Amino acid sequence: MIKISSLVAGGLALGLTLGAQAATLDDVKKRGVLSCGVSTGLAGFSQKDEKGNWSGLDVDVCRAVAAAVLGDASKVQYKPLTAKERFTALQSGEIDVLSRNTTWTHTRDTSLGLNFAGTVYYDGTGFMVSKKLGVKSAKELDGANACIQAGTSTELAISDYFRENNIKYKPVTFDTSDQTRSGFESGRCDFLTSDQSQLYALRIGLKNPAGAIVLPEVISKEPLGPVVRQGDDQWFNIVKWSLNAMIEGEEQGVTSANAADKAKNGKPGNKRLLGTEGELGKNLGLNADWALQVIKQVGNYSESFERNVGSGSQLKISRGLNALWKDGGILYSPAMR
Amino acid sequence: MFKQKTTEQIKAATRKTDSGSHAFYNNPKYRAVIYQTLLIAGLAYFFYTIISNTLGNLEAAGIKSGFGFLDNAAGYDVLMSLISFDSTDTYLRVFVVGFLNTILVSIMGIILATILGFIFGVMYFSRNWLIKKVSVVYVETFRNIPLLLQILFWYSAVLATLPGVRDSLSLGEAIFLNVRGLFIPQLVGQAGSTLVYIAIAVAIVAIFVMRSWAKKRQDATGEQFPVFYASLGLFFGLPLLATLITGIPFTVDYPVLQGFGFRGGITVIPELMALTIALSVYTGAFIAEAVRAGIQAVPHGQTEAARSIGLREGKIMSLIIVPQAMRVIVPLLNSEYQSLVKNSTLAAAIAYPDLFNVFVGTALNQTGQAIETIFMAIIVYFALNMFISFVMNRFNNNVELVGR
Ligand SMILES: N[C@@H](CCC(=O)N[C@@H](CS)C(=O)NCC(=O)O)C(=O)O
Repeated sequence: MIKISSLVAGGLALGLTLGAQAATLDDVKKRGVLSCGVSTGLAGFSQKDEKGNWSGLDVDVCRAVAAAVLGDASKVQYKPLTAKERFTALQSGEIDVLSRNTTWTHTRDTSLGLNFAGTVYYDGTGFMVSKKLGVKSAKELDGANACIQAGTSTELAISDYFRENNIKYKPVTFDTSDQTRSGFESGRCDFLTSDQSQLYALRIGLKNPAGAIVLPEVISKEPLGPVVRQGDDQWFNIVKWSLNAMIEGEEQGVTSANAADKAKNGKPGNKRLLGTEGELGKNLGLNADWALQVIKQVGNYSESFERNVGSGSQLKISRGLNALWKDGGILYSPAMR
Repeated sequence: MFKQKTTEQIKAATRKTDSGSHAFYNNPKYRAVIYQTLLIAGLAYFFYTIISNTLGNLEAAGIKSGFGFLDNAAGYDVLMSLISFDSTDTYLRVFVVGFLNTILVSIMGIILATILGFIFGVMYFSRNWLIKKVSVVYVETFRNIPLLLQILFWYSAVLATLPGVRDSLSLGEAIFLNVRGLFIPQLVGQAGSTLVYIAIAVAIVAIFVMRSWAKKRQDATGEQFPVFYASLGLFFGLPLLATLITGIPFTVDYPVLQGFGFRGGITVIPELMALTIALSVYTGAFIAEAVRAGIQAVPHGQTEAARSIGLREGKIMSLIIVPQAMRVIVPLLNSEYQSLVKNSTLAAAIAYPDLFNVFVGTALNQTGQAIETIFMAIIVYFALNMFISFVMNRFNNNVELVGR
C-alpha cells in the first residue's frame, strides 16, 4: 500500500548506487525484459485487469519500447508506483523507464537527473465536482475541500489557481488514486482535482458516475510523457523514437494491420520507418525492424489512443490537442529520416 | 597461611608491573585514548567518504543536492497547520508544520493510550468475569490487527461514513460532527482574560503544594486530607472565580455552516481523529499488557497484607500494587511511546499532514531531494525518541527511589 520503507531505502541507496550505471540498453537486453514504472491503476492509462494483464496508453509506451528493443511487446515487467515513489524508483535504477502520466516540468527535467522523452498526451489540470453542488465554474469553489493526490504537479497548479483568484481551499492529499477517489465519494472533499484525462478515468470508477461532472476549466499545462534517467543518451533516444514511431505511423497511415505489407510494398517513407530501407534502427543500436515491431505489436498512436482512452474505450475522450498537427492538434513527430 | 602468601606475592608482582618502565602504549589509560582517537578518525573518514561519494554521484547523475531548497517557496498548501502557513512559505516552514503535526498526534496518542492501557490493564484483575473478559478481548483484538488496517478502518469504515456537511450530527447546535470532522466552539479571550490564565497556573501550583503538605501531615499525624476533591475545587474554582471577577472576558466562536462547510470554531479533521484513535487503541493494548505484567510481578502477599490491615480493594490497587508495579511498567512504557511516535508516520495512508507526509512525501517529491529530506526526518524521529527515553528514564529513577 504505502511503501514508506522502500521509499526511505530507495532514497538512501540512491546516493550510493548512482555511480554505477551501465548502458540501460545492455541491461535490458541481458535481462530480456523491460522494467517499466506505471501507475497503481488508472483507467485508460495504466490499469491491470483481473488476469493480471496491463493495458492503457502509458502501458503502450512501455510495450512499444519493449517491442523496439526486444522485439516482443509482452516482455515488460510493470512496477506500479504512486506519484511519490516514481522519481526515486527511476533514479535508483529500479525501473528503466517511467511511463506514468507524469507531467514534463522544468524542475523535474533539470534538477532530478531525469530526461523527458516526449509527450504522449497533452493534458491540463481540471476539476470534478458532485452534480448536487450545482457548481458551474471552479471560481465558485471558495472555501471548498479538495481531494488531490500527493506528490503531483496538481498540488502546485491548484495552489497557484486559488491564489490568483483570491479564493481559499483545503487540500486533502492522498497517496493513491483509489484513496483520492474514495475521499471524493465519501464527501470528505467537495471536488477532486487532477489532470483532466484522469478525472474522466476516475469518474467511470465512481459508484455513480452520472452524479459527478468535470468542470470546463483547465487551469494548467500538463504534458504527460515517458521519463528516463539523464546521462544515457542512447536509451533516451530509443524511448523518444519509439514514441515518435507510433506518431509517425499514424501520420503515414501505417497500422498494426498493414505494417508488414507497407514494409515491403510501401512508399519510400514507409520503408524508411519500417526498416526495409536506411539505417534508422542501426543508429539507435536496435534491429532494423524496430519500428515495424512497435507498430505491428502495439499499433500506431491513433490505434492506441482510440483503444485506450478514445472511442473504443469507456473514457470516450476526443483527440482535441492530441490530434496530429495536420488535423488541428499539436501532435508532431520530428522527421523520420 | 600458604594461600595468604601467594596473594601477597601476586600483589607485589602487579605493583612492580604498574610502576615498570614499559612503553606508554602499554599503559591502559593511554591505550584507551589512542584506540578511541583511531576509532573516531576512522569513523570520520568513513562518513567523509560516504558523503563526498554521494555528492559526487548526485552531481554526476544531474540531481540537485544541498539544503538550499529549504529557503524556496513550497508552492503547495497543507491541510492542517498549527502555525500560519500558505503556499508562498518556504520548505523549511513545511518542515516545521509537519513536525508540529507529528508532535500533536504523538502527544494525544500517548496520553490516550496510557489512559486506555491502565484502565484495561487493571480491569484484567477484576473479580467480575465480564470486566475481565472485556480486557482480554480488547488486548487480544487490537494487539493482533496490523496498525495500518486499524487506521484505515477508523478512517474509511467509521469516520468516512458519517453524514455529510448538511446533515451533520449536532449537539445543541454548537458541536457538529460530520464526514469533514468535528467542529467545536472556541473560547476567544478578550481583555482581562490573562487574569484567568494566571488563575489556572496558580491553581496548578497550589495543587502541588497542597499535595505535599497533605502527605507530610499524614506522615506526621496519620490524618487524611481529601486531596482529590480539594484539587478539583482548586482547579475549577480559582479560574471560575477569576472569570467572574473580570466579568467573563471571553466570547465564544461557534462553528457555522457557510458555503461549502463550517467556518469558525475549532476543526478537528477526521484524519487526525482516525490516526489518534488508531494509535491510542493499538498502543493502549500493548500498554495494558505491560500494566498486567507489572501488577502480576507484585507478590500476592502484598495484596493479602493490605487486606489484613483493612484497606479497601480500590485503595489496595492505587496505594499498594500500582506504585510497585510501576517499576516494571515504566521501562515498557518507554518503548511503547517510542513505537507510537514512529508509527505515526503511517499518517500518509490517510492524508494526515504529519512530518513524513508533508515533508518526506510531498517536499521530497516536489524537489527531488530525497537524501536531504530523509536525513532531516531521521534526525527528527531520532531526537524525539531520545527525548522520550530521557524523560522516561528520569521518571523511572523516580519510581525506583520512591519504592525503596
Ligand atoms: N500529471 C501529474 C499528476 C499525475 C498523477 O499522479 N495523477 C493521479 C490522478 S488522481 C494518478 O494518476 N494516480 C494514479 C496512481 O497513483 O496510481 C504529475 O505528473 O504530477
